Amino acid sequence: MKLLLDATRCQGYGLCQEPAPELIDLDEWGYAQPRGTTVPEGGEEAAAAAVAACPNSALRLVK
Amino acid sequence: MTGVFSLLPEGRPGLLEPLLSGAWLSGSGEDLPRYLAAGGYAPLPEPGRLLDRIAAAGLRGRGGAGFPAAVKLRAVRDAPGLPVVVANGEEGEPGSVKDRWLLRHRPHAVLDGLRLVAAMTGAGHGCVYLSDAPAERAVRRSLAERPTELRIDVVRTEHTYVAGEETAVVRRIDGGPALPTAKPPRPFESGVGGAPTLVANVETLARIALTHARPEAAEAVAGAHLVTLSGTNREGPTVGGGAALAEVPVGTHLKVLADLCGHGGADSVLLGGLFGGLHGAGWPDLPLDHDRLSAAGGALGCGALYFLHPEDCPVAVATEATAYLAAQSARQCGVCVSGTRALAGTLTDVARGAADAGTSDKLHRWSRGLPGRGACGLLDAAARVVGTLLAHFPDRVDGHRNAACPACAGPAPEDGRRFTVPVP
Repeated sequence: MKLLLDATRCQGYGLCQEPAPELIDLDEWGYAQPRGTTVPEGGEEAAAAAVAACPNSALRLVK
Repeated sequence: MTGVFSLLPEGRPGLLEPLLSGAWLSGSGEDLPRYLAAGGYAPLPEPGRLLDRIAAAGLRGRGGAGFPAAVKLRAVRDAPGLPVVVANGEEGEPGSVKDRWLLRHRPHAVLDGLRLVAAMTGAGHGCVYLSDAPAERAVRRSLAERPTELRIDVVRTEHTYVAGEETAVVRRIDGGPALPTAKPPRPFESGVGGAPTLVANVETLARIALTHARPEAAEAVAGAHLVTLSGTNREGPTVGGGAALAEVPVGTHLKVLADLCGHGGADSVLLGGLFGGLHGAGWPDLPLDHDRLSAAGGALGCGALYFLHPEDCPVAVATEATAYLAAQSARQCGVCVSGTRALAGTLTDVARGAADAGTSDKLHRWSRGLPGRGACGLLDAAARVVGTLLAHFPDRVDGHRNAACPACAGPAPEDGRRFTVPVP
């Protein structure tokens, strides 16, 4: 499973990082920075929560 | 003045040939009867054979990424749906002129290449995408002069750094702004109107047309590059005023290219337009080759090279490059707006001698962490300019802390004027 960020949609709300701190960092300006595109085993739930947390639908999960 | 040169061995077919021989060009257009006599627009009974020939010759795309042309053609051909093919003539790098030159002076070669890739992919529709007005006139005149069996539209765009990026091309042709979108999907999966779309640089298309006309020379055609050479303009007997459009074999040493355009005294070079970074010691022996330049931490990109002389300041050049890129950001990705602004602003501090102990650390961190984070390559270009400046010119950077640099006085222009080359 892959966690993909559309950088054109990320507004720096930072809400994605709370449920998925192992998957996503926030940079010094507050923009999301996924640590990698492939979601590690066991991280699927956190990734889905991060996707759901973004008010601007900047994240998506693809199989 | 921009000079025009060929370094191809005698008898090898090239794209500049008509101009250099003075034989084919009539007025400002390409002479159709001569193009036809040289094998142009020849029938293509077996598209698969031409595709195999392109694959065997190893032709790589000339828009900047250097992706194998045959792989892209097959991906579009094999994707579900009726493909669309696009001749991408929107040349965003200010230091490159080859694409506009080709559209203005070799429109038939580009259109011939477009109908060939349509045949190879099974496309039902083609577009020529450009912003240059003389190029548009030449293309429209050529389409009227020799209508192709393929329906071809001409789509005019704005001239910006990102307008020629492949997803920006698709978005503009679909009626939107010429701004990049997030990938995936790439155009070969879902492009114009959702159809699998081949976005091919106009030089790539002209090389495909030349391959079809001269099949015995396929490898030589794939093994040559159009390059745009320039450097700091200064008084003196420089050939062509210090700028040149040239066709050269892959592997030509960069020193040869510097000599060719009157910059033999250069001591460093900015590669790939603004995309391939600054390179110092050892650059003269680097060969013009995608893989070798990548291995050296650079990039060939669209084949534009800007030469710096000992009296030029690499910090000033990097500051102007990043200031231009920051101004050209599409302002869609927050990280690009903030990242390019931070890079350009911090380099301006360095240039003014206002850097402190933490400045280099910040620049290092950004140059490593920012690439790959925007929807297009603009942020990567800015990060590479800074990363290569720090890697190859640490003393020149540090020197600005101790003494004012005359080359860095005044604000860095944001319009890229230093890098802009006139189309010959």
